[in-house]
Amino acid sequence: MIRFDNVSKRYPNGRDALSGVSFEMERGDFVFLTGPSGAGKSTLLKLIALIERPTRGTVLVNNQNLARISRRRIPAFRQRLGVVFQDHKLLYDRSVFDNVALPLVIAGASRRETEKRVRAALDQVGLRGRESHAPITLSTGEQQRVGIARAVAPRPDVLIADEPTGNLDPDLSLEIMELFTRFNEVGVTLLIATHDLELIERLPHRRLRLVGGQMSDDKNRRRA
Amino acid sequence: MEALRHYLRLHRDNCVDAVVRLVRQPFASSLTILVIAIALALPAGLRVAVNNADALSESWQGAADFTVYLKLDVTTDAARRTARTIEARDDVAGVTLVDRDAALAEFRAKSGFGEALDALNTNPLPHALVVRPESGVAADVEALASAVGKLPEADVVQVDTAWVARLRAMLALAGRLVDFATVLLGLAVAIVVGNTIRLEINNRSVEIEVTKLVGGTDGFIRRPFLYLGLCYGLAGALVATLVVTLGLLLLDSPVRAVAALYGSSFALRGLSPVEMGVLLAGGGLLGWAGAGLAAARRLRAIEPK
Repeated sequence: MIRFDNVSKRYPNGRDALSGVSFEMERGDFVFLTGPSGAGKSTLLKLIALIERPTRGTVLVNNQNLARISRRRIPAFRQRLGVVFQDHKLLYDRSVFDNVALPLVIAGASRRETEKRVRAALDQVGLRGRESHAPITLSTGEQQRVGIARAVAPRPDVLIADEPTGNLDPDLSLEIMELFTRFNEVGVTLLIATHDLELIERLPHRRLRLVGGQMSDDKNRRRA
Repeated sequence: MEALRHYLRLHRDNCVDAVVRLVRQPFASSLTILVIAIALALPAGLRVAVNNADALSESWQGAADFTVYLKLDVTTDAARRTARTIEARDDVAGVTLVDRDAALAEFRAKSGFGEALDALNTNPLPHALVVRPESGVAADVEALASAVGKLPEADVVQVDTAWVARLRAMLALAGRLVDFATVLLGLAVAIVVGNTIRLEINNRSVEIEVTKLVGGTDGFIRRPFLYLGLCYGLAGALVATLVVTLGLLLLDSPVRAVAALYGSSFALRGLSPVEMGVLLAGGGLLGWAGAGLAAARRLRAIEPK
């Protein structure tokens, strides 16, 4: 589903964020990406979302070589990818419903389909009935769940998340992780960057560890 | 079919959203709209002025009357005879005799030279005949004037249509200048809208970034800004129409008063429905274009980080 082949990323300022990273994820995998801050976790996710392009190496998502996706075709690619951000990236001048509906509206879903999927997504994250609320009136944990609902509403094959529990207390963090586990159970491939080791120690999923831009560890890998 | 419905719904939503945004910040948007309105009202108002002057000069074109001043020694009876002679011609529609005594009395009353005239022993004014030709064509008028001028009683024939031709030439020039001003001010409208949209894009950079992150295409992201530009342009054009109409309304009664003094029933012509349509469509189009220019440059620069 996701494959990195000897991928390096050097930013224009000369900093090497990733050097020679290779790994592979199967469809339906649930993988944690760990490592100290500055290890290159965010850069790795940005390469998957085509926010950045690698300096060297190949990134494949769903058998598609991302280097071959032109600027014009990035939107279509991103429509099939769910992304969750540490800072939620919600639009505060719109209701919860409109936030979650945004990717569906972009993809051209009918009104009825949009309403159905928004309700379903909000239901999954435990925010049913909050459609008309303004995001600012919700707690941080609830806002993060709105962000997750937005990412899963179009039913993407792959969901990537950058420190989704970074601002949450341990109980809320566990709740979010359980949410991700439920998505994984219905077949969504997940790659979640986090430095919350305490939290993920309690979960059985595979762990990739980045240190200084290099892959240093690959634990709990399922053997085929 | 479903895709088309979705597309139309997006456009409608964008349109409604644009209007809501304008209404939500009434002060800022009304300032912008006023600037646009002034830039549109100026060429529209000038155009109306030139059109009216054109219409006025056209009504003068037909009036090719000329005046024949008779020799000073021609008596009133002889003048009447001459008038009848001229009136008998086929190419003459009518002749009015201006009696020298009546003319002097009127001149004394209206010119303010009354005392100076008293110093004269004799009436310095000759009898005059105002001839109205059958035809308004310049060549016919010239021919008639020269024939009448050969009569023994005639002294001077004064044909004065040249100034009408000069006025019309000047109006044509004024029309060109208005064209030029229209282009420049139209450009100004596009720039004003473009700049406003540029600021709006900067203010909404988070929204643009997020929309790009969840797969929004350039067209999807650009559209609300194009509609905003369209709304600015349309609103400006609407206010400009009101300003021009109101201005004409204010000028109407003084113009009628002046026209009445000259014995004319001339009345100001306002913007025709077609001209209003052109003004509105032009304003909308300029707003759309200005927004498009601003969006093309700025939207590309805002990328998720």
